[in-house]
Amino acid sequence: MPQILVEALAKTYRVAERAPGLAGAVRGLVRRRWREVHALAGVSFSLEAGELLAFIGPNGAGKSTTVKILSGILRPTSGRVEVGGLVPWQDRVRHVARIGVVFGQRSQLWWDLPVIDGFDLLADIYRVEATRYRSRRDELVALLRLEPLLDQPVRQLSLGQRMRAEFAASLLHDPAILFLDEPTIGLDAPSKLAVREFVRRLNREQGVTVLLTTHDMHDVEALAERVIVIGQGRLLADGSVESLRASVLSERRLYIDFAAPAPELAIAGVTVRARSGRSLELAFDPSKIPAPSLIAAIATQHAVEDIHVDEPAIEEVITRFYDLHDAGES
Amino acid sequence: MNGPLNSLALYGRYVATSLRAQAQYPAATLMLTAGHFAATAIEFLGVFALFNRFGAVGGWSFGEAALFYALVNIMFALADLLTRGFDVFGTDFVRTGNFDRLLLRPRSTVLQLIGHEVRLSRLGRLLQAFAVLVLATHLVPIAWDAASIALALWAVAGGVALFAGILVLQATLAFWTVESLEIVNVLTYGGVQAAQYPLNIYAAWFRRLLTFGVPLACVAYYPVVAILKRPDPLGAPDWLLPLTPLAGFAFLALSFLAWRAGLAHYASTGS
Amino acid sequence: MTTSTMGEMARPYLAAFRARFQLMLQYRTAALMGFATQCWWGAIRIMVFAAFYGVHAAAAPISLADAVTYVWLGQALLALLPWVADPEIGHAVRTGGVGYDRLRPVDAYGYWYARTLGWMIARAVPRAALMLLAAGIVLPLVGLEAWAWRPPSGLEAALLFVPAYVLMTALGAAVLMLANVIVAASLNERGVNAILTPLVIVFSGSLLPLDFFPDALRPFLHVQPFAGLVDIPFRIYFADLKGAAALQGLALQAGWTFVLVAFGRLAMERMMRRLEMQGG
Repeated sequence: MPQILVEALAKTYRVAERAPGLAGAVRGLVRRRWREVHALAGVSFSLEAGELLAFIGPNGAGKSTTVKILSGILRPTSGRVEVGGLVPWQDRVRHVARIGVVFGQRSQLWWDLPVIDGFDLLADIYRVEATRYRSRRDELVALLRLEPLLDQPVRQLSLGQRMRAEFAASLLHDPAILFLDEPTIGLDAPSKLAVREFVRRLNREQGVTVLLTTHDMHDVEALAERVIVIGQGRLLADGSVESLRASVLSERRLYIDFAAPAPELAIAGVTVRARSGRSLELAFDPSKIPAPSLIAAIATQHAVEDIHVDEPAIEEVITRFYDLHDAGES
Repeated sequence: MNGPLNSLALYGRYVATSLRAQAQYPAATLMLTAGHFAATAIEFLGVFALFNRFGAVGGWSFGEAALFYALVNIMFALADLLTRGFDVFGTDFVRTGNFDRLLLRPRSTVLQLIGHEVRLSRLGRLLQAFAVLVLATHLVPIAWDAASIALALWAVAGGVALFAGILVLQATLAFWTVESLEIVNVLTYGGVQAAQYPLNIYAAWFRRLLTFGVPLACVAYYPVVAILKRPDPLGAPDWLLPLTPLAGFAFLALSFLAWRAGLAHYASTGS
Repeated sequence: MTTSTMGEMARPYLAAFRARFQLMLQYRTAALMGFATQCWWGAIRIMVFAAFYGVHAAAAPISLADAVTYVWLGQALLALLPWVADPEIGHAVRTGGVGYDRLRPVDAYGYWYARTLGWMIARAVPRAALMLLAAGIVLPLVGLEAWAWRPPSGLEAALLFVPAYVLMTALGAAVLMLANVIVAASLNERGVNAILTPLVIVFSGSLLPLDFFPDALRPFLHVQPFAGLVDIPFRIYFADLKGAAALQGLALQAGWTFVLVAFGRLAMERMMRRLEMQGG
């Protein structure tokens, strides 16, 4: 039995429609028209304990609806969900005691209280036994380097500092599953790296199952062995980052700096993506022309100063993927 | 583990936390308290102005009316002090999405909302109400013996339950409407306004509403008649008067039923 | 200046007004709830008045019928009464939205004034319409004319009430702007409202017509700024103030509006400068 089981999950909202302009506003006051929005239209997947899954998709794809359902806040229209043997929305209190949730854009700490007071209160809320709480707290404080922040009111923390405190707050009760909703949003580069490193260790060393939603593809590349792509309420792909890449954009890029102005090249199966001065960027399919033979072909005819092969950036892959599935933000 | 003692201990922690947070802004807290004192004092000025101009009404002197006023305001101040989380539920929890955070914690949402904040500033209304109580005691005068003190405490308990129930209902409405602030006034401030005058000055339909609908009369008017040791001009039997505050607790229980329906609605819309 | 350039200049302010007006109109449940609230308050007030008038009607400064109309009118237009600061201001300062307003090529005070006005009027319109229907039309139809909202007392009163109504709205927005600026500067919305509400409710005459207070207070009550929010326009409505007295009332409303707008502009400029220095 997987730890998280999702079958044919669907969620339909009813939203009020408003005609534009003043006349519309007045009409809406009297009579209102409703429109059905299918936030989720039959999503199925499962997750074993200890996995790290990234959930990606354009805005409005149904990511946060899924997270809300899995965390017990929202009741789906239809479908089956079990997390650790519990149906989240039916058994809320027992379910949420076993999970941790970090929202990148919302705080769970008490704005006016020192960090440590918030932790103490959370230990009471989650009924964490005192000695266990102390050791867990000290462990997290050390891991997240929170020591100097403990006595500061939360409102005085920088966003990066606050996120570290949020992570500790979500983990004090030792949850088996951690939901992360855009945990790196707005963070500076060092803070992002710190968050990723922490999540990786949590998953690898402590075996915590992690379900992550993000728009930052670097989060996905750095962390996830498995990615689920969701678009317009449907599951579009479920697999490794590599398989996703291969399914959409298997091409490689060749970047060349020539000794002289970049020449015109005409090689079958190779396209020129960009040209400036003495530099060229080429796209090629490695299954048709292996990189070594392409490089050899060019280097024998032209004087080359520098050359390297790369994959298309993950953002490009994912944008292409959305385009292919017509899943872009509508 | 989930016993009442455990919840009470957590509530204690919430209270301590809230007081510490407010202690960080002593000036603002004092200003708010003073503001509430002034706000209620000014309301009382309105009552005084009417009695000053017209004289006694419905057989009640200004001093006796002051006793109605004092008890109702004590009830409301205490309820407001204790249930802040419900009062700001629409604006601070539903609209901001912070309610999700409460749902993510393994505790009853009611306990978390009650513990959200204990508003010291409400002491302003409480203080003013006590001042009016002292004034009423002098004007009438009221002989406070053990029986009437017990009755007053019992009435206040019922009144706190009733006002808490109204605030829970108000919060429940916020599950459906976003801008819920004005509903506050209908039954809370409006209720205080209605119940601070003796019941018999009102029209019959309104008396019935205040007795059987939103039983403000049961926690204020009838017990006060008993405290003043007067026969009820409306004809309620003497033995019934001290029992009426029970209605406040019944109202609170019904409010929690509505609250549960609201929770179910929230779970299906998420907003 | 030609009319078209004037129209062009007013455009951002009209847009700000319209956007807020349309947004607030959407809150249908809130409007219905507000209406219910105001019916309740109105009914209580009227019953209390009736009880006291029943004891000693001769002691009252106005007739019961006028007092009843005063109550309904007050409840219908309650949303125009500046008794809570515009909640969006505190929000805008906390989230930094005020910073954007500084970037717009508009007069910040005028822009916020227009938005606040939109907020007030949009909340007032549906409530006033429902109240007029209930208290002005339904009550007489069901045989309760004694408790109904009556039309203005004569043509002169009706004509004078138009500027009085415009001025009470303008004055209300000016008071609110002052409160908004204090909220923005102190970030203490609750504190400001805790003081603003009783002040406005009592001194505008919303709690009781000002003449109900002890007679010795009249000279003060009749000239303070809040009188222009309720007491003056309503007394013009039922011709308790007429002729020169009515014109005096209008002048008082206009004068206080002018003073409070000037004061509000000054306070806003100072606040904006402080925000600039803090880089907030």
